[in-house]
Amino acid sequence: MTHEKIRVIVAKPGLDGHDRGAKVIARALRDAGMEVIYTGLRQTPEQIVDTAIQEDADAIGISILSGAHHFYFSRIIELLKEHEALDIIVFGGGVIPDDDVPALLAMGAGAIFGPGTTTTTCVDWLKSKVHEKRTLEMA
Amino acid sequence: MQELVRKALSGDTRSIARIITLVENESPYTEEIMKTLYPHSGKAHIVGITGSPGSGKSTLTDKLIHEFKEKGNKVGVIAIDPSSPFSGGAILADRIRMQKHAVDRNVYIRSMGSRGSLGGLSKSTYEAALILDACGKDIIFIETVGVGQSEVDIMKIADTVCLVLVPGMGDDIQIMKAGIMEIADIFIVNKADREGVERVVAEVKMALDLVQKRSWIPPVHSTIAEKGNGITELAASISNHHEFLSISTEGLEKRRNRLVTEVEEILQREIARFTEEKWNQKKTPELIDSLYSRNTDPYTVAGRILEEVLLEN
Repeated sequence: MTHEKIRVIVAKPGLDGHDRGAKVIARALRDAGMEVIYTGLRQTPEQIVDTAIQEDADAIGISILSGAHHFYFSRIIELLKEHEALDIIVFGGGVIPDDDVPALLAMGAGAIFGPGTTTTTCVDWLKSKVHEKRTLEMA
Repeated sequence: MQELVRKALSGDTRSIARIITLVENESPYTEEIMKTLYPHSGKAHIVGITGSPGSGKSTLTDKLIHEFKEKGNKVGVIAIDPSSPFSGGAILADRIRMQKHAVDRNVYIRSMGSRGSLGGLSKSTYEAALILDACGKDIIFIETVGVGQSEVDIMKIADTVCLVLVPGMGDDIQIMKAGIMEIADIFIVNKADREGVERVVAEVKMALDLVQKRSWIPPVHSTIAEKGNGITELAASISNHHEFLSISTEGLEKRRNRLVTEVEEILQREIARFTEEKWNQKKTPELIDSLYSRNTDPYTVAGRILEEVLLEN
């Protein structure tokens, strides 16, 4: 009898202190039955990646409102690569201009959820993405 | 699987994390993993930090990590937060207070959801502690769910139980009650900058005076975890208790009793697995109907299921 719970890191990198969005998404993932490891504010990419590895997380969700999304996504994905942990899904939200999204996806972000996205969209996406990843690992 | 276990034993963080997940998810590999790791365990000092929600357990743990790390210890932390009884999900947020240690190679922090367990731990907390022990951690802190009066499972798995109290939680009769107050090896009165701290310290000491003299008398520390006040003294007490256990008959008894409990719990779990399987086969709406109409009773039904399980095995 195996219960495979989805474990997600919800982190807030950078210096801006607005974590309402992060909390809303954390709560929605919790209500969808996931275990959400909430790291709090002002996390460095190193802290986020090391946390994901220690917690054996399936995914990392980051919320960025400061405009520094390019730096944070590329650094987090680079660190995951260094740790041979690219199987960990990275997704994000916050205030990210539409024009910047393709570049983030190209560097390996799984999805970017902009303002106005329903929590259900995000939850459903993550569920199917984790399912996909696990099926791949089983094979 | 053996490769993964080997890497974990050599201290590889990712492998340790993976193994804990497998065990926590009750994967079919659990038994193999635990059997392989078991001979390497039994060296770490397991310290429980328990107390009511918001009493400062995470902040205290954060400071203790620092204290023990500075002395050259490899530190493991297991922090448990409650799972939702409805969705099964959880917000695991004890780490927030410990994130400055996140990138430290000598510190491993793992959050766990209680997943239906009611004793202040999760079902796999002990296994997770054993894994960290076998993989080379010198000291392991287990931070329980915020508890009330009777969540005492931590005493079954920790060598040293620290109970965190705060001023303003009731009168001295609360301190005399059975349950959580009886299991502490060390008392911590945190948030000592608040009013009423001397009274709590005095009341705990008085209550301890009424207890039959034991060879370990639990010390009572007042701390302000946020500012780091009283932490060095607390850490010294934790080490003293470890020392006490290693030279006293109580310590030996404790470790021997824990082995007995361990076998009992595995037995219970295995038996539960058999009976559950059988019950799931038998649990028809018709049977529930006949229970509902009082044509039969739960005792008879359970008895029959047990009988069948026993006959089959």
